[in-house]
Amino acid sequence: MRIKEYLAGMKAGMPVCVGYFSVSFGFGAMAVAQGLSVWNTVLISATNLTSAGQFAGLTVIAAGAAIIEMILTQLVINSRYALMSLALGQRLGPEVGVGKRLIAAFFNTDEVFALAMARQKLSVSFLVGAGTVAALGWTGGTALGALAGSVLPLSVRMALGVMLYGMFIAIVVPQAREEKPMLLSMLLALVFSCLFAWVPVLSGVSAGITVVICTVAAAAICALVFPVEQEGAQ
Amino acid sequence: MNIYLYIFVMAVTTYLVRALPLTLLKKPIRSRFVRSFLHYVPTACLTAMTFPAILYATDHVVSGAAGLAVGVLLAFKKQSLIIVAAASCAAVFITEQMIALL
Repeated sequence: MRIKEYLAGMKAGMPVCVGYFSVSFGFGAMAVAQGLSVWNTVLISATNLTSAGQFAGLTVIAAGAAIIEMILTQLVINSRYALMSLALGQRLGPEVGVGKRLIAAFFNTDEVFALAMARQKLSVSFLVGAGTVAALGWTGGTALGALAGSVLPLSVRMALGVMLYGMFIAIVVPQAREEKPMLLSMLLALVFSCLFAWVPVLSGVSAGITVVICTVAAAAICALVFPVEQEGAQ
Repeated sequence: MNIYLYIFVMAVTTYLVRALPLTLLKKPIRSRFVRSFLHYVPTACLTAMTFPAILYATDHVVSGAAGLAVGVLLAFKKQSLIIVAAASCAAVFITEQMIALL
């Protein structure tokens, strides 16, 4: 672990830390509102470090659904990390050993990945440095949100519960605006999701499985209609 | 069911998804379909999770819709993540207050 690289990573990760803090505040408030204890809520953020996955996991827990549903939702929702980890692995090169790779893997979030890939000469120390501050922001924000969740008035808590949705909107809409295939992906998921919400028989399907089906169906159709050429080829 | 079992399974699954490709697969994915599929997963997944769920996240569908509309508008104008998320919350809060006054 090189200290200089680690510190450079921490510095680069500061904006991510601030962003995570505010969004995870919403997650904390929401989880407590759904009946989780403050400690359990913080534990989820500290061990998972992922927004969409935790959010879906919360739905599964709140519904008291089967464990297999938890595994399925996490696999599908977090499958994008598999792609990012692949790209990261290529980028780090064969000289980086398994031990370091196992540590780097934990911190591979969308934003840390973006920072890492933008780094001229990427080291595991840099990635872990950025990842540490990001994780601190994420876990700290969750803790504060969970604690405040029981103190803040219901009207404020309810408003904060929309924060994660707001973040998802902020990620999806600009992409859909720029790329037609992304717009199709969004619209398909939107239509499928509405079907599962409002069509009588389909609405009986649990929330976790609904997200899995909508995601797989929309992404598969887009992959057939608009296949992506070699991505991130260096 | 035990909450710790849920959290444990959730954390392990998430970690393995990140760790296995980073350690085991050192060769790039060949299949164009799989690559393309993974490319579209984030958008599809986040959309399916947001809509129509956001409409039912608040006491009234109207305030959820207001949060959605404000969020989409600001995101379309490429505002930052924090601005979009905060404005969505503010829209929900204001709308709920207005409904309470009616």
